[in-house]
Amino acid sequence: MTALVGMLSALAVLPLILIFGYLILKGASSLNLEFFLSNPVPAGQSGGGVAHAIVGSGIIVGLAALVGLPVGIGAGIFLAEYGSGRLGWTVRFVADVLNGTPSIIIGIFAWTWIVRPQGHFSAFAGAVALAVILIPLVARTTEEMVRLVPHSLREAALALGYPRWRTSLSIVVRTALAGIVTGGLVGVARVAGETAPLLFTTLGNLNFSTHVTEPMQALPLQIYVYATGPFPEWHRLAWAASLVLILLVFGLALVARRVAANRYGTR
Amino acid sequence: MTIIAPNLGAAARGTAATRRMTRGANPADRAYQAVVTALALALPALLLALIVELTINAWPSIERFGWAFVFTATWDPVADVYGAGPLIFGTLASSVVALLLAVPMAFSVAIFLTEFAPRWLRRPLGFLVELLAAVPSVVYGLWGIFVLIPFLRTVVVPPLKAAFGWLPFFQGVFYGNSMLAGGIILAVMVVPYIAAVSREVLNAVPSSQREAALALGATRWEAVWMAVLPYGRAGLVGAVMLGLGRALGETMAVTMVIGNRHDISLSLLQPGYTMAAAIANEFSEATTSLYLSALFEVGLTLFVITVLVNAAARLLVWRTAPGRAVGTRAL
Repeated sequence: MTALVGMLSALAVLPLILIFGYLILKGASSLNLEFFLSNPVPAGQSGGGVAHAIVGSGIIVGLAALVGLPVGIGAGIFLAEYGSGRLGWTVRFVADVLNGTPSIIIGIFAWTWIVRPQGHFSAFAGAVALAVILIPLVARTTEEMVRLVPHSLREAALALGYPRWRTSLSIVVRTALAGIVTGGLVGVARVAGETAPLLFTTLGNLNFSTHVTEPMQALPLQIYVYATGPFPEWHRLAWAASLVLILLVFGLALVARRVAANRYGTR
Repeated sequence: MTIIAPNLGAAARGTAATRRMTRGANPADRAYQAVVTALALALPALLLALIVELTINAWPSIERFGWAFVFTATWDPVADVYGAGPLIFGTLASSVVALLLAVPMAFSVAIFLTEFAPRWLRRPLGFLVELLAAVPSVVYGLWGIFVLIPFLRTVVVPPLKAAFGWLPFFQGVFYGNSMLAGGIILAVMVVPYIAAVSREVLNAVPSSQREAALALGATRWEAVWMAVLPYGRAGLVGAVMLGLGRALGETMAVTMVIGNRHDISLSLLQPGYTMAAAIANEFSEATTSLYLSALFEVGLTLFVITVLVNAAARLLVWRTAPGRAVGTRAL
């Protein structure tokens, strides 16, 4: 039985190795300067790149982080510092419900909330959708990290006459900062790979655009379009773009682990 | 500790009395608490807005079709008649297939990591499973279309049909995009979530459980099977339900491989459809307002199901591992 358990564990990891292998096999050869620096060419022609999608993803995810991280971290601090009452319980439960909500539903929510009243698709709407996913995620990880700070630190600060807000910000949150940053990065990495919430918000764009009030392309959206399209050339670009996306996401996750390891010296 | 704690007031323990006592203490403190409270209130506000928007937009469809929406199978945009039966069936069926495949693997990973793996192997293996959770959905979909489906078509399905073709589950011609492909992709995607939570649950089992079984002469496997797993049963069921919650709402990868056909078929080799996939595919094509409303009702139904499944999962996990933030991250 022990051997069976070991074998099934290996089987569970096998897809990762296969996926990564195929991404490198089919995608790596297409990674050249043109791929990173140029925009798509008309369908049927060869060549072209995903510069527009990389920049678009950066803008959309950056905006989402700008909105989502402060709110999420603030909510997490509330949960850890003031969250023992009924309101704390409610917020915690709501955060878990939102964390379990399918991202496509967040997408149509953002559509009714922003796209429909404004009458047009926009990168901004996509960023809001991603922020809605990011907020509960970051709130919960921040809470966990702040809770790890020993009580003695807080007591020492209060005993020295620090007001509560300074104790919280410059002692407790400061101590947990590495963990909070890690949680934030993991959250950002997760939303950077999201496609479903962007379908009806940023919509996608075949041209290079940096206007947040207009439709914009994102890397996952571009992969979806290329992968489900009919042209072999598109499939080639889809593999290459996937490799880039996964390297970005894994890169963020690795940086996050580094930050955590530096602080705690473990893991 | 008990003497000091009340002085920390709301900051640490926060009974109503201490909160009252310290409220007027310092305007800056009050401002700080107000700011973080306001940020935290954003969460309930978002959830409320989400529920209200979904309900309002789904209302025309709810009013028009009533319960028939859930139980009928006609999805006809031309006649403007919508029944989500096949979508609900497909969502549940693909998730069940996924769980049947994923649970043995996920539990194995959790058991292996907590009980058997040599110390040097735990970190790398845990990290690999964690990475599996970080792979974007659309990349799974791409891999499903160009690697998994051809593999199923050439290697897996022909012998499967030869051996079990008489079963209702393996009827019909296999074209590739199918319930089977969707279920397998989902299985790969939920393994890390189930494994991560199961591992937390198994870690929370007191080591006295293991030691008692070992002292009675059990082998290490028997100790796991007869002492550790039963102790963590509620939590493990919770972990599976959490995986179910993920599988139900997964969109992109499923859309790309499941075939997207409004049809109820017992055969795994036939195309199916899920609620999330239907929204993804048809939302921007919804030509009439009733069509759009029906898609919102699909979304509302999916939302209600996932909330129920997730709530049950959390309560179960908390029975073994109290208070954990379940499912915010893998391993």
